[in-house]
Amino acid sequence: MSGHVPYEALGFLFMLAMFLGLELIAKVPATLHTPLMSGSNAISGITLIGAMSLAAYGTGWSIFLGALAVGFASINVVGGYLVTDRMLEMFKSKSKKGGA
Amino acid sequence: MMNAAITICYLLAGIGFIVGLRMLGKTQSARKGNWVSALGMLAAVLGAFLAIVRDSGAEFSFGNVVWIVVGVVLGGVIGAVTARMVKMTAMPEMVALFNGFGGIASLLVAAATVVWLGGNAGGHFSAATLFLAMLIGGITFTGSLVAFGKLAEKLPSKPILYSGQNVVNALVMLLVVVAGVCYTIWPDQWWIFLVVSLISLYFGVAVVIPIGGADMPVVISLLNSYSGLAACAAGFAVNNTLLIITGGLVGASGIILTRIMCKAMNRSLANVLFSGFGSGSGGSGAAAAGGSQGTAKSMTPEDAYYILEAAQSVVIVPGYGMAVAQAQHAVRELAEQLEANGCEVKFAIHPVAGRMPGHMNVLLAEANVPYEQLVEMDDINPVMATMDVAIVLGANDVVNPAAREEESSPIYGMPVINVDEARTVFVLKRSMRSGFAGIENPLFFKDNTSMIFGDAKATIEAMVAEFKE
Repeated sequence: MSGHVPYEALGFLFMLAMFLGLELIAKVPATLHTPLMSGSNAISGITLIGAMSLAAYGTGWSIFLGALAVGFASINVVGGYLVTDRMLEMFKSKSKKGGA
Repeated sequence: MMNAAITICYLLAGIGFIVGLRMLGKTQSARKGNWVSALGMLAAVLGAFLAIVRDSGAEFSFGNVVWIVVGVVLGGVIGAVTARMVKMTAMPEMVALFNGFGGIASLLVAAATVVWLGGNAGGHFSAATLFLAMLIGGITFTGSLVAFGKLAEKLPSKPILYSGQNVVNALVMLLVVVAGVCYTIWPDQWWIFLVVSLISLYFGVAVVIPIGGADMPVVISLLNSYSGLAACAAGFAVNNTLLIITGGLVGASGIILTRIMCKAMNRSLANVLFSGFGSGSGGSGAAAAGGSQGTAKSMTPEDAYYILEAAQSVVIVPGYGMAVAQAQHAVRELAEQLEANGCEVKFAIHPVAGRMPGHMNVLLAEANVPYEQLVEMDDINPVMATMDVAIVLGANDVVNPAAREEESSPIYGMPVINVDEARTVFVLKRSMRSGFAGIENPLFFKDNTSMIFGDAKATIEAMVAEFKE
């Protein structure tokens, strides 16, 4: 955890990310609501990298808590992506061009 | 050199998530988009690992790395196995569960940071963000678990209400806000953090338990947004820009879905969260009013077949009942029979049909219904009057004409699929019981409506059998 980013820069990043998110997925068709939800859910497992660094530098209990967080976040990430892929695999077009 | 590699990894991760989400929003590219975003995650993990190696330097601790590897492998295997095993019908609760795990991970990251800092959160800013990561993470975790329980029917899906519930919740909320302010002012009082982390777990249960099953699409979308915001708060706490950007993207996508769902029910988010809608309190009055509406006609699947055989256009409106009866395969077969008979078949899907956003689309996709055949409410309503037959399959409130016609109805103003405008309406239902919200449905008593009682799957299969004869 080196290289301290100023808080105001973090705040601006957050704001820009929210606006970007709203723009990116504003017009998503209803068919994709579930995959979008579970796909973005997998992305929210990004906490994994925060957990990794805590488990790495920690001592005593913080290693344990960090490792536990790594475990839960990994379930979230791996499970989320695979379940989304399973769903999208089923979405097929009538033209049978391999679907989505 | 190392720094450049880490930066590149994080940048690639950011690009992967942004491009991936964008592709995920279009039917043609969605599947690839999911993988692009997964590659982004891989880059992020690689970057985090390189950062660990760099910062550890000479004191590189092999023991700690073992902890990480064990966590990743164990979590990955559990995630992969459950994702492969889960049935498509169990998808809503699965998504809720995974979401909850993301929440608890953020809570644990905040807790581990506090422990690591020796109980002193450092500055006021870091105390505030640690507090938020813990709070949102905790609410997401237990809230998602309750949603999981309701969706898997391990908990009653009706709202669980007690008198003074909103007052108690408001007091808890106030307590949490005060505690948050105190912790920000005195970042060394770690016991505040500990106490509130327990309260946050309670609070997640308290806010989801009074919400009924039919409102679950809103709850799931909202919890999805929370899991992103929790990751975001954790990012502020551990000063990680990638966490903030990614958490913000997910938070935004959850907000969009929440808004779509609320709009589809013509209710405010506050109304969904606090009103205990569907507790059945208005049921008796509505039933009494229903008595004056006359009697409903019923029909056998065999009779219905003769009308279907002559139909040129059929629209099928699925609801949660289709998921319960697992009738999606049978209904696809019926659609094929109808098409073979020269009839045009469409599936009209209400945004809040089912228990999660897009629930019906997933089930019909599982049954191999091509997505071109699925139409949204706004596209079907203008042409509904030209439809020969509308088949209502386990849907109720989303086709209730009272939403248009009766100002006294609790769902008045909610956009519905106007099946009553079709020439003939078949309603497949187990009994005359009113729907989830306890609201009487005048559709059942209309002249052009026929009820076909029984298990939806059995009814559809009986119709298919008639076609095959």
